[in-house]
This record gives sequence, C-alpha cells and structure tokens, in this order.
Amino acid sequence: MSNPAEPTPEPGAPAAVPPPAATSVADAVSTQTGPGTVSNPGTGEEALPVPVTIEPALPPTGTPTGPSSLEAALRAAGPGPGENWPTPADGGAPLTPMLTRRWASPRSWSINTYRQLDGYQALPAALQVEPGRLTELIKGSGLRGRGGAGFPTGLKWSFLPPASTKPSYLVINGDEGEPGTCKDIPLMMADPHSLIEGCIITSYAIKAPFCAIYIRGEAVHALRRVANAVEEAKAAGFLGKNILGSGYDLEIVVHAGAGAYICGEETALLDSLEGRRGQPRLKPPFPAVAGLYASPTVVNNVETIASVPAIVMGGSDWYRSMGTEKSPGPKIYSLSGHVTRPGQYEAPMGTTLRQLLVSAGGMLDGIPLKFFTPGGSSTPIFTPAQLDVPLSFDDVAAAGSMLGTTALMCFNETVSVPWAVWKWLEFYKHESCGKCTPCREGTGWLVQILRRIVSGAGTLEDLDTMADAATNIAGRSFCALGDAAATPILSSFKYFRSEFEDLVTGRTPPVVESRLLVGAH
Amino acid sequence: MTQVATPPPAAAPEPEPVPEGHVRLTIDGVSVVAPKGELVIRTAERIGTAIPRFCDHPLLEPVGACRQCLVEVEMGGRPMPKPQAACTQTIADGMVVKTQLSSPVAEKAQRSNLEFLLLNHPLDCPICDKGGECPLQNQTLANGSSQSRMRDPKRVFVKPIPVSTEILLDRERCVLCQRCTRFSDQIAGDKFIDLLERGSAQQIGINSAEPFQSYFSGNTIQICPVGALTSAAYRFRARPFDLVSTDTICEHCAGGCALRTDHRAGAVTRRLARTDPEVNEDWNCDKGRFAFPYVREDDRLTRPLVRDESGELQPASWTEAMRVAAAGLLEARDNGGVGVLAGGRLTYTDAYAYAKFARLALRTNDIDFRARAHSAEEAAFLAARVAGSSPADGVTFAGIEKASVVLLVALEAEEESPILFLRLRKAARKGLAVFSASPMVSKGLAKLSGTLIGAAPGEEAAILGGLAGEALASDGVRDAAERNKLGALLRTPGAVVLVGERAAQTPGLLTAVGDLVDATGANLAWVPRRAGERGALDAGALGTVLPGGRPLADPIARAEVETAWGAAIPEAPGRDTAGILAAIGIAEPEITDFGVAAEAFDREENFTGEVDDQPAPGLAGLLVGGVEISDLPDPAAALAAVASAGFVVSLEIRRSAVTELANVVFPVAAAAEKSGAYVNWEGRLRPFAAALPEAGMLDEARILDTLGVEMDVDLYTQTPAAAMAEINRLGTWLGPRPTPDPVAAEAVQHREAGFVLASWRMNLDGGRAMDGEPHLAGTARPDTVRLAPAAAAGLGVRDGDPVVVRGPASSITLPLTVTGMVDSVVWLPAHIDGIATAGRLGADAGDLVQVEPVLGGRH
Repeated sequence: MSNPAEPTPEPGAPAAVPPPAATSVADAVSTQTGPGTVSNPGTGEEALPVPVTIEPALPPTGTPTGPSSLEAALRAAGPGPGENWPTPADGGAPLTPMLTRRWASPRSWSINTYRQLDGYQALPAALQVEPGRLTELIKGSGLRGRGGAGFPTGLKWSFLPPASTKPSYLVINGDEGEPGTCKDIPLMMADPHSLIEGCIITSYAIKAPFCAIYIRGEAVHALRRVANAVEEAKAAGFLGKNILGSGYDLEIVVHAGAGAYICGEETALLDSLEGRRGQPRLKPPFPAVAGLYASPTVVNNVETIASVPAIVMGGSDWYRSMGTEKSPGPKIYSLSGHVTRPGQYEAPMGTTLRQLLVSAGGMLDGIPLKFFTPGGSSTPIFTPAQLDVPLSFDDVAAAGSMLGTTALMCFNETVSVPWAVWKWLEFYKHESCGKCTPCREGTGWLVQILRRIVSGAGTLEDLDTMADAATNIAGRSFCALGDAAATPILSSFKYFRSEFEDLVTGRTPPVVESRLLVGAH
Repeated sequence: MTQVATPPPAAAPEPEPVPEGHVRLTIDGVSVVAPKGELVIRTAERIGTAIPRFCDHPLLEPVGACRQCLVEVEMGGRPMPKPQAACTQTIADGMVVKTQLSSPVAEKAQRSNLEFLLLNHPLDCPICDKGGECPLQNQTLANGSSQSRMRDPKRVFVKPIPVSTEILLDRERCVLCQRCTRFSDQIAGDKFIDLLERGSAQQIGINSAEPFQSYFSGNTIQICPVGALTSAAYRFRARPFDLVSTDTICEHCAGGCALRTDHRAGAVTRRLARTDPEVNEDWNCDKGRFAFPYVREDDRLTRPLVRDESGELQPASWTEAMRVAAAGLLEARDNGGVGVLAGGRLTYTDAYAYAKFARLALRTNDIDFRARAHSAEEAAFLAARVAGSSPADGVTFAGIEKASVVLLVALEAEEESPILFLRLRKAARKGLAVFSASPMVSKGLAKLSGTLIGAAPGEEAAILGGLAGEALASDGVRDAAERNKLGALLRTPGAVVLVGERAAQTPGLLTAVGDLVDATGANLAWVPRRAGERGALDAGALGTVLPGGRPLADPIARAEVETAWGAAIPEAPGRDTAGILAAIGIAEPEITDFGVAAEAFDREENFTGEVDDQPAPGLAGLLVGGVEISDLPDPAAALAAVASAGFVVSLEIRRSAVTELANVVFPVAAAAEKSGAYVNWEGRLRPFAAALPEAGMLDEARILDTLGVEMDVDLYTQTPAAAMAEINRLGTWLGPRPTPDPVAAEAVQHREAGFVLASWRMNLDGGRAMDGEPHLAGTARPDTVRLAPAAAAGLGVRDGDPVVVRGPASSITLPLTVTGMVDSVVWLPAHIDGIATAGRLGADAGDLVQVEPVLGGRH
C-alpha cells in the first residue's frame, strides 16, 4: 500500500495546509460531489479509485419541506426515506461535519476509505514541523477538551515539564460512561483512524513514545475496531519505528476498561491503566507532572484528539471560523430520549437545542419537551425555557449548567421527574467508587430515600433531607462524581420540587410499585 | 518553627521575617509560620487546633478519603470554591485557613460528613472493643447529631470475618479510611488486605487464598479509627477505661520497641505500640504485640524448688533455697569452679548482677550471655567494636534514614529485627540502596527493593574481603557489578554495615566485617536477635569484658571496676558458653610432677592466661539464667554437660530442660513483672517500669544479691534502680579497645556432593516466648525448604513438592519453595515447631547436607 520511506513533498507549515476537503467541510452537506478522487501526497502513490458509493455523512439537502413553525418543528416527525432534512433555513442546526464526515461512507472505518477521504494527510505535514509548533497550533485553534470540562487542549499539552528525565505519555480517554453520552464510541466505530491519526500527531507534539487508548470494556465492538485500526496503521507505516521516515517512534496500545464509570475520571483511568483499582488519585501532582507510571502524561478525550488532524490540515483560523469565540470548532451533539431521530449531530459550538431538535425531526410524536440535560446526567437539567441557550461551554455555564459531553437527553411531558432522578441516582450509587465518604454513603442514602418516594412511601421530611444531603455531597467529595450525583437532586428540586411533594403527599400515585424495586438498579 | 501569634492585623506590628524554607499563613485568625510543604492539618496542630480526621495518619501518605477534615481555604484573597481537605492541602504563604472553629461552612461539612459515616455504622458501641477509645465515638459525642435522619435499613455484613487467625474484621463498623490497607502497603509492604467492591458495597477484604500473614498486622488494629479491626486475643476481654497502662519496652528482640502494656486484674490484657520517633515510631511487630501470655502458662515457676534426697524437685522456702544454693555454689566454686550461662533475655541490670556475681561470688570470669552459636572471634569483635558504644557515636534507627547505603551481613532484618526492617523499608522507599550478603533474595529483601550479593554460608568473609579491596573484574565473578557498586557506595559518607549475630557461625566473617569498615569508613552496628544480649555485653556478662565495655585484659580497666566494687576480680579470661559446657566434668589435669603443679598454683599469675594451653580444670557447677538448650549449637551435648555438672542453679520463668536438671531453681520475674532496662542494638538504654509490680515476682538482680549475701558477698543490686546507679557511676570505658587477633576465613571447599545448609530463625517459629497465643502462631510463615531454580530442576522437583533434607543425624521433609538464591545452597528455617533444625539434622548452617525428592512425588 504505502511506502513510508518514500520522501514526502514539502507540505509547509500546518497553518498553510488547506482545510481538509476544504470544499467538503462547509459544502459536504449541500453538495453531492464529495471527494471524487484524492491524491495521496503523503505517499506519492497514485490515488486509488474511490468507490462510487461514497457519500457525504449526511443526506443532501434540498428544498426544505419540513414544518415551518417552532411548535411544528418540535412536534413533527422527520422526513421519510427520500425526503429532505431540515436545514438552518428551517431553524435547524448548521451542520458542520468535520469528525463525522466519513461516517456514512462504506467501510468508513477502514484505512483505505480513511485515506481516500483525506486521511493520514495531516500526519506527514505534522511530522515536518517542530513538535512545539503543533502545540502552538492547537492553542491557537482554541480547541477545548471534549470530555466535559472544556479545558483548553493546547494549554494542557504545554503543561508537560519541558525537561523531564521520564518519558511523556499520551492517554486517550475512551471510557465514555456519562449517561446519555454516545459520541466517542460511534466515532471509534465509524472513523477510528481519525482518532489514531490524532493520537500520532499529538504524541509527536508532546514527544511521547507511547500512547494508550483506554476504551470502556463494555464497548467490545469499539475496542475491536480501534485495535484493528491500530494494526492497519502499523502495517501502513504510520506507527512503530521511524514513522514516515521522520525518526519518530510511537506505539499505541488499546486497553479495555472493566466497566467502571469512575475510570472516566482521568486519574482513576490512569490507575486502572496501571492495573490498579480504579479510584481517583490525589491531585497535585497532576497527570501533566506525574500521570501514567508517574511520568508526564496528557489525558485527552477521543473527540478532542480526533479533531487534531483536521485542525492540522485546516489551520487554526479555519477551525475558529466555526463555533463561538471561546468555544470554537464543531461539536458532536448526542440527542437521545423522546426525539424523532435520536443520534449524533455535528454542529458548531453554540448551536441551540431548538436548532438541533429541528434537525432531529422534533420531539417524538409531537409530545412537548419537559426537561433535558445539556451534557449528560451530571449536568444540571434545563427546561424548555433554556431551549435557546447556545450550547457552548461558557453559555451553558452562564445559564447555570455545564456543557459536559453534550449528551442532550430530552424528556417529554410523560416523564416523572422523581422517577428520572431516582434512575440517575441508582446509576451514581452503583458507580460511586467508594473512596470518599460523602459520595459512597450519600449516594446510597439518597437512593434509599428515592426508592421510598417513587413507590409512594416518602415523606415531606425526606425532601428536606435529600436536599440537605445533596448539598453535603456536592463540593465535599473527593472527585466530581459526588458533585455529579448531587446534581440531579439539586437541579430537579430547582424546577420540579412540586412533583416530589405531590408524590409524598399522595396527590399523584406512586410511579413505581414497591415490589418492582426489589433488585432494582 | 514555633508559631507566632499576633493580634488581628489592624494594629499589627511589623511581622517577624519568615525564615528560609518557611511560609506564613493564618489559621482561624492566628498567624503561623510553618515549614513549606506542611499539611494544613499539621500546621493547625501547632496552634492547638485539632481538625477532626479519620484517614489521616502522620506516617502514612495523605489520601483525602474520609473527608472529615474539610476546612475553608483562601489564597491570595480568593476563597477556594470548595472546602479543602486539611490532610491533603499543603500550606502556602499568605494562605488563610478557616477551620470548624471559625467557618460555618467547614463546621457543617464536618458535621454532615459525620452523619454520612454514621448512616450505616452499627449501634454496637456497648460491645465494641474500641468503645471508650474510639475516634468515631469521640467525634460523634463532640460534634455529632444526637438524632439520626436515617429512616431506612442499615447496610449489614456478616461479622466478624477473620482476615488472619489473629485479626478479625467487622465490615459494618469500617469507615473505609484505608489506614489498614495503606499501612500494609506503604509501611509493612505486605499488601494482603485491600479494598474490594465499590460504592456502598466497598469493603476491606483479603484474597481467600492469601490471609493477612504479615508480621506487622497488629498495627492495623491500633490505627483503625473504629472497631472494625480487632484481635482474636483481646476481643471482648476488657473496656479501655478498666485497664491500667504502663510504659514498657518489648522483651522479644534487640529493637527495644516502646510499648504500652495494659493490664487488668493482675493480668496483661494487651500490648500496644507506643510512639517513639527515635526507635519504633508508631509501630511494633505482632510478636511484640501479642506474645505476652507465655508468663501465664501452666509450667510457670512461682516458688523456689530444691532437689531432695530422692532426686525430685520440691517446692521450698526462699530461705531454704538460698541456703542450699549458696552452699552448693560455694562447694563447687572451691572444687573446680562454677560457670555462668546468663542467657539472652536479661535486662541490663540483671545482666550486671550476673556479671558481678560471677566475679565476686564465684570468683571467675567464666560467664557468657550467648546461648547460641558463638565464637572467640565474636567475643573479640564485640569487645573491640561494640561494647560500650551508644547512639551518640553509632548507627541509629534514624541514622539509617540518612544512610548512603546499608549492607546487611548475616542479618535477615524482617525475621530477626522486625522494627529495623520497617525503618530500612521506610528509607528504601525514599531511595536508600540496601544490599544483603546472603544466600537468597528473601521476601524481606524484595520488600526493601534490595540487591542480593549472593553468598553461600561460609563465603561471606571472602566476599566482604573483596569489597574492602579493589574493584572486581566484571566477568566470571558472581554479582560482580553489584559488588563493585556496593564497594563504591560503602566508601561514601554515611554508609552503614549491619551485621547480625549469625556472623559468629562463619569463621573469619567478623574479622572481615571489621576490615571492611576500616577500609571503607562505613559505620558499623551489630544487631543481635535477643533483647538482652546488647545489655549483657555492656554489663560485662562475657568472659573478656567487664561492665562499661572494659576489657578484662586491661589492668586500668580492671582496676576501675575493682575500685568500684571494692573487691578483686580474677584476671584469667573466662571461657565462653561452649568452653564452659565443655569444661564441665573434665577431669582434673593429670599432674605427674606435683611439685611443678603446686608451684604453678601458688604463682597464680603464671597460671592465669594459660587456660588455652593446659587442660582446664573441670567445672563443678553451673549458674544458668534464661537458656533454652535447644538454642545451643549442639543441644544434645549441652544437655549432657548440664546433666553431668555437679551442682546447677537455675533462674527461670518457666520449667525448662535446665530446670529439670537443676539442684535449685529460683522463679524469676518476667519482663512485665519487673522494672529495669534493655539496651537495644543501637546501644540505647530503654528503661521500663513494671506493669505488674503486684505480681510479687523477684528480678534476677535481687535474687543474686540475696544469694551473694548467703555467700558473704555484697552485690548492691537489691533493686534495678540501685544496680543502675552503680552502672552509671562506673560509666563507659574511655580507654583503648583491645585489637582482636584476625581470624582467617576458612576456604570453602566441599568435596562431596550435596548442598550447603543455610538457615536462620523466623520471627514466629514456635519459640517458648510465643506460647499461649495460638492466634499469633497462626500467622507464622509456613515452614518450607528453599532451593534455587537450577537446583530444583536438577532434582526434578517443583514448587510445593515435598523434599527431604538429610543430615548426619536425621532428615527433615518439607514442601519446596523455589527461590532466587545461590544454586549450591539449601535453606531451612532454623527452628521448626520449636525444635532446632541444626540439632535434628546434626548439621549447622555452612555444613553439607543431602537433598532428595520424596519418592512418589507431588502430593
């Protein structure tokens, strides 16, 4: 296939590289052309014929035929086969497929397809420049971590001590466990090579000879796919010794977690990766100083690192042309729940749920939205009043929640808030690692109370106890899991305390028969 | 630094400058200067503010798990958004800390955390061993709510479950602070207990195939902040407030751990480690903690015994026993002499009494405290390099932490000096390089991340000789690179060589140790196993050493003691234990020329000093302290010698092989029943009080003092205080030390086929001082034979296979553990079920034995 020893043409500085499929990022949605044939500047090989069946990630747009009013948009079912999807002109999201642009292509996960669609073109360019400039590039792009906290990625890379006697490591957090979140696993299924190319570039940027991709153990399909992609990349000369003749060596190991939510916390992930019990570490020292095997380590989310090749190709200015000023770039929004077409929607940062719902064909069966999470169950819930909050890190924070993993769980009016909160708390109780007292004891206690409330055996005193206990967990626990566990209680009380009161006073019937609680979790 | 309290900033005078390496911060409005990097919780202690905590322990790494110590912290005028754990937050210049005393947020965080801890905590304080001394109980009484908001069933576990035969775990009481697991991991290195499960199901547990077999497991009970870990020995025995506590020192080894002995109704109920940063920090070993019931065994001696005409030992009055003993000893003294075997369990003052009794009452230097393999080379080494040294001028526990390298010679620290092992491990975790000249990589050496300098028994002297010389060529020599590295490190300032008592088994080794430290400048310490040996040496309970480390051969030294004692001291150097036993029953020298002999006896000075050249007169009597015959190199011969002695006086705690042969037996006080002092291997005086003075048992110094009076000699050792005062008046010898004659190492050449036997005592091996504590015995390491992988392969045996080790006398069959060790060596524990291996095999360490697989193979 490729010959990594072959000299590569001068690609120039990364910023000078044209945006990846510059035509496609903006236009892939609206044109049917897609990349017809691609040359392979990285290898000098003749381009392979592209299967004619390759199509852009999303169906082409045409004349909008969807509902025109908001109510209609929220309630309408989506277009049927052959019909057209809503566009921004309809109030839909301005879809910008950067990470998802290859997803709908046949065998999109294979290295052939990836290379035909601009894959592994950023890598040779990146290997030409001094590693520190890549960090500067990512800093300039404004890329912020996609794992939930939104920490500036380039800044994180620059925290590695410049003169360490120990090797640096890159660790990819693919433990996607936040309820409602389903962006990393689809990404790894559909386009694993974008992650791997990102890993190679990032590892080169931080001078890491080793990269571990930690994937949630339940996602065996994703594990296999990424592991296979690593083998493909190695066979193609993108991994191993002297990558593309650059003198740079890198090994990537794909590691399966064992099914613990806490291992999505970066230091618990590192402990788990080292073969220890997955519990968060005391910080400082932070991973940048003492991470994997006590060596300087960068831990980044899958989506973050998969964005890197595109930024290298497109440059920071191009990347900043999408999204908001403080949260640039596109983002995969995961819509789930009572939505007509749940799934991943890649749109610029700052897109609103109202727009996304239009794109997703509105609420299922037209039943109105009651509440939603902007970024998974750990983020305070929003109500329809926040439909127009731009979903960017800062805007969501300003509105009193967190962008988190942009897992937009949408609940319609048939859903009992106490029921949903109970289910969430069962999750947190099950996943509390047990290290610290407030989270370990508090989640168990809250679940005990919630089980009584949803089965009609709660009291008004319980509500005060829950509210107080939740404030005693939030901000008192060792890591953010405790904060997350308290969030559903505190945010649901903010908007829907009356529902709890109605349950405990008998104004509404129990939502669960107590006998069904046996063994429930 | 100490804290500097200043009034509120309004009218504050110019604050004192902050010393280098320190920062100034404010805690509850009080300005404090403290060393950089200190944790808030410790700095708060400086100003007397106790921030409640459960997981925090000053000797364990911070973990921040229990969240009980939350405080509010401001940096640069900006409050941190969340309360911070004071046990993990390091202090910084200008930091403002508000504890529960000044911050409602911190107060509520702590109160609510207590509520969380109590949600599922059982209300079994009335039957909990910890009740009355429980941090959780105390916290709850001080700061907790009197009402619980818990309306649901509590979490329940089966209780208790044994995590070893000694330690019981009650998971319902556990607050999961991880002190026990962190201790086992960070301090002891025995990671046998860990967290299992997660969330509210999280619990402490063990691998069911690997119980909590740690020599240090008892410490976890003591640091458990609740009653989750209890001991099988103490469970349900007492309430803390019914106990009377005494500060004592452990009698089980030469470490000299500070203990607290608790007793009730005349019996010791438990022992705890007492904090002593200089010696044992906060820890002790399980033997020191649990091995105390031996004094209450059925064979405890409580009354003097005198052998009657029919040959039976009969209880007698003290007066009668004293009279019989004195008469017998006087007659024996005047008809061949009496040897003194003082034993290794003596306190400093008791050993002093033996030393003085031998010289004054028995008019002999035939006294030796070494009830184990020993040599003249060792005696000379001790006199020259050990006796009279003190922590001020020698190696110390704390000094080991600052050492540049530590070389262990004939010393398996974990087994033979457990608390030394903990200090070595603490230092090793901070980077100290530990080397061991030993036949194998023991578990203990592995836990020290130590380097083995492979040496079969007998080879050590040659290897040490090599270290003293030029660097080795790197090819063809075993461990050449390691030996060269060690040789270089030993020449750096702060290098330490620790040599164990087993070095006496190898001729030339102690000479080589002396040469090595002379050549390299390394510091040297001798680490015996038994608690009394170092004190006995300093007290002069050795044939060539007088009190204070004075060389007997030095006339000035002898004169100093004679002046202090007001009596003459015999000049002839005394025999050692082996010499004393060998001299018993030896016939008078066959003297043909009576004239010459008479002349020789008249000119005493000529006769003395020629003991080696002339047949020694047969000893007619023995005075024996705490000597276990089975500890001696040749138990059968020793027993025969004692049996053939004309008159034997035994001072013992319990009936023993010696008391069965004695003419008079005096019951003596055990350590808990008397006051006194030990001298630990550092040379540090470890005085202790009597935990059970009302037991009415007499210490040996008192008994010997009275016996002396019967023999018309005054020892002035009526009380330990009197004896100690005299020891102090005598002081330590400041004159020249004798130069020992070098002893050449014997060339190791085993012509026949076979394996060289290596062997040492395990920490728990059924010794008599561990009697009466079956729970402790259950945590002993299983007996095993060890062979190198190549040796095992050569014999066609695998791990776990039964293997026969055959000596001249008999054989021992044990399961095999394949171990990283020298190929030519087979290792066995020195005692198996309380019986000496050397005695059973008829072969001692360094001798050749045969090893065979058991026919029929694997069980």
